[in-house]
Amino acid sequence: MSSRGSRYLLRFLALGYLALLLGIPVALVFVNAFQDGIAAAWDAVTTPEAQHAFYLTMVMVAVAVPLNTIFGVLCALAIVRQRFRGRALLNVLVDLPFAVSPVVVGLALLLVYGRRDGWVGGWLAEQGIQVIFSVPGMILATMFVSLPFVVREVIPVLREIGTEQEQAAATLGAGSLQTFFRITLPAIRWGVAYGVVLTTARALGEFGAVSVVSGKLSGQTETATLFVENRFQRFDETGAYAASVVLALLALVTLLAMNVIKPKEAQ
Amino acid sequence: MAYLSVVALIPLAAVVFKSFDGGLDSFWNSVTSPQAVAALKLTLICSLIVVVINALAGTLIAWVLVRDDFPGRGIVNSLIDLPFALPTIVASLTLLAFYGPDSPVGVNVAYTKVSVVLALLFVTLPFVVRAVQPVLLELDREMEQAAESLGASRFTVFRRIVLPNLLPAIIAGGGLAFARAVGEFGSLVLLTANIPFDTQAASYFIFSQVESDNIIGAAAVSVVLLLAALLLLLFFGWLSKKALRHEQ
Repeated sequence: MSSRGSRYLLRFLALGYLALLLGIPVALVFVNAFQDGIAAAWDAVTTPEAQHAFYLTMVMVAVAVPLNTIFGVLCALAIVRQRFRGRALLNVLVDLPFAVSPVVVGLALLLVYGRRDGWVGGWLAEQGIQVIFSVPGMILATMFVSLPFVVREVIPVLREIGTEQEQAAATLGAGSLQTFFRITLPAIRWGVAYGVVLTTARALGEFGAVSVVSGKLSGQTETATLFVENRFQRFDETGAYAASVVLALLALVTLLAMNVIKPKEAQ
Repeated sequence: MAYLSVVALIPLAAVVFKSFDGGLDSFWNSVTSPQAVAALKLTLICSLIVVVINALAGTLIAWVLVRDDFPGRGIVNSLIDLPFALPTIVASLTLLAFYGPDSPVGVNVAYTKVSVVLALLFVTLPFVVRAVQPVLLELDREMEQAAESLGASRFTVFRRIVLPNLLPAIIAGGGLAFARAVGEFGSLVLLTANIPFDTQAASYFIFSQVESDNIIGAAAVSVVLLLAALLLLLFFGWLSKKALRHEQ
């Protein structure tokens, strides 16, 4: 086979695989969402239930992302800059959420915070705090699954920049807080930004873990992803596809942000 | 560390403890019940198939993205990450739209084992591609040119020069894909119909046990799943390191 021929064949195979697995199916969701017209799709995602579902998803993001970002930066600093017993263990444990099935995450939270099965759930219930089958549990689930992203993105950047500038700042009399905010943070900002984008994407899209701990009360503990499932199972295809389109658009925005940030991080 | 414990470690420990609540016997009975075995078997076999397909397709895609040039390459390159950004339930709906009963091309594999593999392929697509791409970019072209000038065919060059260099990355990406595939849940939900002994994957089995209030059974299978994911992650990591040493 000629060189050009084999090149075209490989290109055809690779792009064909991507089109069949990714491109055409995703495009079809957009087509299906608007099959009854744009007005029908718009109505489907502006019902009170839909609005509440998207609002709840935003709450998940608004709580989980800042907390995981702060934790992520602190944890990365500890792993890279400090020497303590169990540092290597911490490094491994942080990745654990990547290896755990979302359903297992849900079950795990149930067994600690559940009113009947949980270790502390009964006590919390006596204090009037309900975690499982309500919003706090869903937030915990979202935090769990999106935990490692910022840590993983910041660690290599911290290793790369070294400690020279930080030491220089310290010898010039800067306190550790001042050094962090004026030297370290500006240096790692694109790594943090990339981690935040990944965390946000994961928090927006989480389904399995949230599904186990939510109780799925429409209009109360239903996030956007649960809303999609609910609509589909009630044969409201337009509603399911329309909500999916909103989520898919958010995913595309995420991709765009990743592509803007990645080159800056590499600089 | 306290944050990590409250959010992740203590809950996971609770699962392990719960799974042994009824003693070792009940743990063993839970994980060897026919339905649990069928679900675990399906998950493991499908995940292995997915790893193999990913190793081939992922390497091919990475190759085309790095070595080939065509209009729209940049866009294709950024779209590779879409499965990571897209919520899994949307992935499920997406595949159902094209490969389900209302398929515009008449291919209906929904609610079959094929659909399980399809869903797993979708969500694990980026792992191998993203692992191989940077290695391929940094690979020295001179070795390949030297081999070619010595009369090696292009296939020989790929097999003897390129592939050994890529192998650690392919294995590492495959390991991540495997860990992801074993625990995958969301993308299976609408597509596979969760039929016990047929299309019910392990994660879905756990979910249905929680729903039907068999918490100990759910925890026991969770522990098996956790162990499988961790062991295989370690194994693939070791394999990848070994391949790396071999190459040096």
